[in-house]
Amino acid sequence: MEKQWFTISVYSENNVGLLNRISGIFLKRHINIESLNVSKSEIDDVSKFTIVVNTTRKWVTNIVGQIEKQIEVIKAFYHTDDETIYQESALFKIDSALLFDERQIQNIIKDSNSQIVTVARDFFVLAKSGRRQEINEMYDQLKPFGIMQFVRSGRISVTKDEMQISAMLKEFQE
Amino acid sequence: METVKEKQKEKSTKSTIKISGAEAIIHCLLAEGVDLLYGYPGGAIMPVYDELYKFQDKLTHILTRHEQGATHAAQGYARVSGRVGVAMATSGPGATNLVTGLADAQIDSTPMVCITGQVPRHLLGSDAFQETDIIGISTPVTKWNYQITKASEIPEIMAKAFYIAKSGRPGPVLIDITKNAQFDEFEFAYEKCKGVRSYNPTPKPNTGAIEAAAELINNAKKPFIVWGQGVILGQAEAELTAVIEKAGIPAAWTIMGESAIPTSHPLNVGMVGMHGNYGPNVLTNECDLLIAIGMRFDDRVTGSLDTYAKQAKVIHFEIDPAEINKNVHADVAVLGNSKETLAHLLPMLHENNHEEWHNEFKKKHQIEFDEVIKNQIHPTKEGLTMGEVIEEINLASENKAVIVTDVGQHQMIACRYAKFEQSKSNITSGGLGTMGFALPAAIGAKQGAMDREVVAIIGDGGYQMTIQELGVIFQHQIPVKIVVLNNDHLGMVRQWQELFFDKRYASTIMVNPDFVKIAEGYHIESKRVSERKDLKATIQEMIASDKPYFLEVKVEKEGNVFPMIPSGASVSDIRLK
Repeated sequence: MEKQWFTISVYSENNVGLLNRISGIFLKRHINIESLNVSKSEIDDVSKFTIVVNTTRKWVTNIVGQIEKQIEVIKAFYHTDDETIYQESALFKIDSALLFDERQIQNIIKDSNSQIVTVARDFFVLAKSGRRQEINEMYDQLKPFGIMQFVRSGRISVTKDEMQISAMLKEFQE
Repeated sequence: METVKEKQKEKSTKSTIKISGAEAIIHCLLAEGVDLLYGYPGGAIMPVYDELYKFQDKLTHILTRHEQGATHAAQGYARVSGRVGVAMATSGPGATNLVTGLADAQIDSTPMVCITGQVPRHLLGSDAFQETDIIGISTPVTKWNYQITKASEIPEIMAKAFYIAKSGRPGPVLIDITKNAQFDEFEFAYEKCKGVRSYNPTPKPNTGAIEAAAELINNAKKPFIVWGQGVILGQAEAELTAVIEKAGIPAAWTIMGESAIPTSHPLNVGMVGMHGNYGPNVLTNECDLLIAIGMRFDDRVTGSLDTYAKQAKVIHFEIDPAEINKNVHADVAVLGNSKETLAHLLPMLHENNHEEWHNEFKKKHQIEFDEVIKNQIHPTKEGLTMGEVIEEINLASENKAVIVTDVGQHQMIACRYAKFEQSKSNITSGGLGTMGFALPAAIGAKQGAMDREVVAIIGDGGYQMTIQELGVIFQHQIPVKIVVLNNDHLGMVRQWQELFFDKRYASTIMVNPDFVKIAEGYHIESKRVSERKDLKATIQEMIASDKPYFLEVKVEKEGNVFPMIPSGASVSDIRLK
C-alpha cells in the first residue's frame, strides 16, 4: 500500500493528558506526526486536534480506530487532501533595512499576498497563510536576503463533508 | 466505626458533613462493592491506609510483597469473579511497579482499578521525594487514567474509574491522587457513573450485519468458529454453546477463551495458535467460513497473516470497533456484546450437522494424539513430562480446578492438557506473556472464588520473579496449590535456541535453589517429586489438602512443546515435531 497524506481530525474533551495519550498512539506505531494543531471547535467545550501524517490507508485506519477508542475522544476522522480545505500560516521576521535597500522585497510582499504584521526600527514581520507550497515559495524567495526568524504553523483544515459531532454527542447521552 | 450514613444522620446538628479525601476513597470503594484490595503502603498514600485501618471490618487489604504482585492478584481476582480488581500503591517506585500489571491487564482486557498516591499538588513538577509522572508513564498501558488534585473530584472520578474499567471492552484504569487531596475535607456524596458522553462502550448490534452473518453461516459447508475471551467477558458461554450446537459448527478457542465451553464438549475441537492443536490450526486454512467471536487475531493465533484463512469468508463478532479489520479483513463485522449478538443470531440459524467436516478435526486429532499427546500424557520414557503432571491434576481435581499459569512451556502444556468444566477457570497471562504472573494471580483467583480449587502451575524461571508472594499465602493462609514444573531451564527460550539458534543456550540454564526449603521457610507444606511412581499420590495429597501446598516436580530438562507454528510461518505449516 502506498503512503499518502492524511489529515486526521479528532473531536475530544479538553482534558489534561489527552494530547499525550493521542501522540502515544503514533509513537507506538513508529509513525511520525508531520504537523499537529489543537484548538477549540465549533462546539462549546469540545477541542479539535488536526493531525497530518504521511502513511498508508491501512495504518491511518488503524490509528483513527485507536484514537477513537480513547475515553475522552468523541470522534476521529481521516481525510485525504482533496476532501478538505486546509492551510497553514507562517511568520517571517526580516531586517527592516531590506525594505529600503532591496526593491525586490516589496515585490515579494505584493506577489505573495502576505501581510505586514508590524514594522519596527530593526525588523518587520510578514504573515502568510496558504498552502505549504506557497509558503515554501515565499521562503525560497526571501532566503537570499536573509530571514532573521521563520515559523510555520501546523495545518488547520475543515472538511467539505458535514461533521455531525453535535448529533453524535446527543446520541451518546441518550 | 462511623459511616457516612451515620454522619449524615447527624445532619440536623451539623450544618455540613465533611470527610477527608482519604476517607472518601474508602466510601467510593465500598459504594462500588469492593471488599478486597491488594496493595503496598508508602508515604504518599498513607492517609488512605490510615482510613483502611479504620474500615478493616468492611474492606480487607492484602499486603503483597511487591506492587507488581498486587496488580496480578487483582487481575486473578477479576478474571475468576468477573468483578473489578483493585490495587493500591504509593507514588514513585510504588507506582512504577504497577506498570507490568497494568500492561498485562490492558492487553488481556482485565477490569482493574489502580490507585496511587502522589506528592502534594504544590510539589508536582519539583522532583520531590518519590515523585514520578505515573500519568505519563501509565498512559499507553491504561484504558483511562486521571490525576486527582482536589478532594472534591474524588467521588466523580472514582465512579468513572469503575465504570470505565468494567464497561465495554474492560481494561485497567489508574487514578493518581495527590496527598493534599487525601487530607483535604469536603462534602461527600456518591453517585455511580452511568455514562461518559465521549465514550460508547458497547456498540448497538446491527440487525443487518447479524442477518448477513446468519446467511453466510447457513450456506457454509465448512464453517469454523474461533472464540476468544470476549465470550467470557460478555458472559456469552450459553449463547455460544447454543449457536455451535444448533448449527453444528466445530469451535476452537484462543488461550484467553479457554474454559468458556467445557473441554469435553464434542464440538470443542481445541486450541488455535502457535502451540495449539493440529486440527484447528491446519483446518483454519481449509474452512470456507471463519467465525471469530470475541477474539482479536493476535499474531500468536494467526501466524503469517499473508497465508491465514485466505480461502475463507470471515465473520467477526467483536465489541471493540478498532479490532475490526485490524489484522484480518472481516467480510461481515458484527459489533456489540457477544451475549447480545449471539442471542440475536441464534434464531436465524438453520439446524445443521457438518459431520464430514467435523470428522476432519477428529482425524487430525488422532494424528496429533499419536505423534504428540500420547507421549506427553502417557509417556513411556524415563523423565517426567509436564503433560503427565497436568493430566494427574485433571484427575485429582476432577477437571474442576481453576488453573493459573505463568508464561512459557508449562503454560502452553497446561493450556493444552488441562480440562475444564466451568468457565473463568483458565487464568493466564495471554497477550503480554508476563513471567511472574501466576503466583500472585493465584492468590487473587483463590480469593475471588474461595469455593473453588485453585492450582498455580509455574515454571522455575517465572516462579522466581514473584516468589516473595509466598509471604502473602503464608500470612493469610490462602489455600492455593502451587506446582512448580522445574526443568532447571528457561524452557521456552531454550526450546527456541534449540530449534532456531543452533542450540546456543545463551543464559537459559538456571541453577536453582531448593524450592521445597524455601516454601518450608514460609511454613507452607511442601513436597518434591522426581519420579513417576510418586506423582499420582502426591498430587492427590495436594488436592486433598485444605491448606496452602507447594509441589515441585522435577521434569525432563530438555522437553519441547509441540505442535508448533514457527514464528512467522503459516498456521497450516504447524510442526508436530
